[in-house]
Amino acid sequence: MSLKNKLHDLKMKYKGTKMAPAFNALHTFLYMPNDVTHSGTHVKAADDLKRTMNTVILALVPCLIFGIFNAGYQHYAAIDQTLRLDPLGNFFTWENLTLGAWTVLPLVIVSYVVGLGVEFVFATIKGHEVEEGYLVTGMLVPLIIPIDTPIWMLVIAVIFGVILGKEVFGGTGMNILNPALTIRAFLFFAYPTWMSGDKVWVHGAVERDALISAGSNLDAISGETILGTYAQNQEPIYSVMDMFYGFIPGSVGETSTILILLGGLFLLYTKVASWRIMLSAILGALTMGLLFNGVVDAGWIKEGSNFFGLMSVPFWEHLIIGGLAFGIVYMATDPVTGSQTNKGKWYYGFFIGFISVMIRVFNPAYPEGVFLAILLMNVFAPTIDHYVIQGNIKKRMKRIKIKTA
Amino acid sequence: MSKDIRITKGLDIRLVGESDKALTNAPRSRTFSIKPSDFHLITPKMVVKEGAKIQAGDEIWFSKNQEKIRFVSPVSGILTEIKRGAKRVITDLVITADSEDYYRDFGKLDVTSANAETIKNRLLEGGCWFFIKQRPYDVVANPSHTPKAIFISAYASGPLVADYDFTLNGKESQLQAAVTALSKLTDGKVHIGVGVDSGSPMSNLKDVVIHKISGPHPAGNVGTLINKIDPINKGETVWTITPQDLVIIGELLLTGKYNSERIVALSGSSLKSPKYYKTKIGAEVSTMVYDSGLNEENVRVISGGILSGKKVAKDGHLGFYDNTISVIPEGDDYEFFGWTKPEFNKISLTRALTFSWLTPNKKYTLNTNTNGEHRAFVQTGLYEQVFPLDIYPLQILKACMVEDLDGMEQLGMYEVAPEDFALTEFVCISKQPHQDIIRKGLDVMYKEIG
Repeated sequence: MSLKNKLHDLKMKYKGTKMAPAFNALHTFLYMPNDVTHSGTHVKAADDLKRTMNTVILALVPCLIFGIFNAGYQHYAAIDQTLRLDPLGNFFTWENLTLGAWTVLPLVIVSYVVGLGVEFVFATIKGHEVEEGYLVTGMLVPLIIPIDTPIWMLVIAVIFGVILGKEVFGGTGMNILNPALTIRAFLFFAYPTWMSGDKVWVHGAVERDALISAGSNLDAISGETILGTYAQNQEPIYSVMDMFYGFIPGSVGETSTILILLGGLFLLYTKVASWRIMLSAILGALTMGLLFNGVVDAGWIKEGSNFFGLMSVPFWEHLIIGGLAFGIVYMATDPVTGSQTNKGKWYYGFFIGFISVMIRVFNPAYPEGVFLAILLMNVFAPTIDHYVIQGNIKKRMKRIKIKTA
Repeated sequence: MSKDIRITKGLDIRLVGESDKALTNAPRSRTFSIKPSDFHLITPKMVVKEGAKIQAGDEIWFSKNQEKIRFVSPVSGILTEIKRGAKRVITDLVITADSEDYYRDFGKLDVTSANAETIKNRLLEGGCWFFIKQRPYDVVANPSHTPKAIFISAYASGPLVADYDFTLNGKESQLQAAVTALSKLTDGKVHIGVGVDSGSPMSNLKDVVIHKISGPHPAGNVGTLINKIDPINKGETVWTITPQDLVIIGELLLTGKYNSERIVALSGSSLKSPKYYKTKIGAEVSTMVYDSGLNEENVRVISGGILSGKKVAKDGHLGFYDNTISVIPEGDDYEFFGWTKPEFNKISLTRALTFSWLTPNKKYTLNTNTNGEHRAFVQTGLYEQVFPLDIYPLQILKACMVEDLDGMEQLGMYEVAPEDFALTEFVCISKQPHQDIIRKGLDVMYKEIG
């Protein structure tokens, strides 16, 4: 008896029992189900939710691999600054890979195991199928947190984020806020010292500080993000090409603009993500950047001001530093929490870019605003859609008025 | 005053198994079946009893709510069985047919001089009223209304459906009589849509407005025609009717006979020789399917097109409104890693490792597999690519699901029929039953608002 038939028999055996959702979740990964249409269209297009989600994961894999190397690279480069003279030559090394894998993979595994665990529990309790939404969330989460985030914090944050961000609303497709960003926001507000500053972005920095204060004779290592450097009105030590390729400190997967760009192009090419949101978000960020540059050029702000450093960042540079590119490509385009009308997507994306850069500049304590901007616009997306749809409704009302007049 | 209509949003689903343009007389069906479920929201009240001998055109039942709407027999024979389901609802009326039809004579009617009332009464008593459907609600028209216009689409854009240019060939006189009669039942015009390059027998009719239509499916849906020409507002009614039914109406008016003849396209990849058959409403599908021969055993027989037709058993019968029988392979098998492997043999609107965009003219063999499981709505922006009406498809579907009557009304529920959502259902990533959702939404509105 073949594997296919054995699994089919098991499926029939578990049908209607508490085991069914968990078994089906695993079974459907191996075999696409034998479900057939009953009414309505008798044939269906090839795409389902698994395929769609899988496409997003494929687009994230390069960022993950780069993030693993970068974790190692930033650690060793913080100890030995000369490595930074030839980033390309010192980047794809065995040491970087092993150290990076040792630190990043636990985050990925914990994120998936805990998140999917919660999903399985909810699916079993409520008796519905395990839905695919967390496959993408689980990959996003390790890529948007600092490298040394303690595992227990991640566990708590994932449980919080999946339950309060998604399951209480009814699961995949029903949530208002992006679950990955809900998890990120929880970490940020619950454990702010672990989420910002100049120690958290490089593996080992916090640990080494503890050793030093305990009396060890070691040099402290640190790695300020570029945004952090600008916020202190200093010039970053990294070149523009470093920023573009991603040889800079930051959250695990967010640093490499070129890979994010490639991932974004892949998502657009496969038609999985909305080009309207991506394009308008970039336009929004550029607009806000230009406005700030204008303020600086007009001399309305003094050089000593808190905001001077970030305001004078060239407007285009905002796109290649911090998490803006990552947020625009992978998080703003989430169809569930984003605007659902084509016209609304333009407004939704534009304000994400616009507000991201605004928060960045005006919040020196934590100079990154992408996740807050996206969460804010998640909340406003239904409002945007409401007004877009009102336009259609008004048109319909007007049609009657012309007739009766 | 003709108006050209060009649709850009839509999708032509190209499938293997198109019918050859050759007409065969189907073997005479032994039994004919009438399913009252073909007439949504109509409850039949029987006039004759089991075992009664009837002629073609003899009344069998009438509508309980609209007693004037009478259903007549499509063939002559004996009413052998009245099948009933739960709550004694009539599910099926089986007529064992005579070898040849005897017709009841309704008498000829001169349509040019007849007035609206005479025509209406003739259609009602002659069993032809069922062919006229109304929007809102996509149900059999209410004879006490006067519609603001009547719409007919003679452009069959759907996959594997009967080509009207072929099936209507030589029926010009019946069509003319029918549209002349119908034009007296409306305050407005009778609008007919024909394909832009077609030599449709309808393009030279009088007393109507002809519109030339082009673009991908659903360009030929009557709902698209209405939306582009004269959308329905609250409180308005339009009637729709298919060209094949005009032929039956025309024949009733011209000769006084109710001749339920249908030219049916038998199509689909499971058939050995897909072609056109001449048969009658309610005939056994097996008479045609087995005449053509099957390539495989595990097939689905659909009365109607693959997008909106109804599944019937292999020994089932042709539906009242259908002029197509589609036969495609069942897809009740598992597919190893089907959710992620590159896909060359299925149609997709995306390029998520699906490659149908490389070969836009390739013809596909699709089966009935759902290609994934039912999920909540997730992806957005896809429906709009295949939905040409000036309506927000996702939002109106959600309004229907939560039975938000105000929302449904504002979003344009009076304008739509389930078939308008066939393509959005086809491309839906969450595999939601769009047509079903819309039908239930319309039913709720009909019940609450009327």
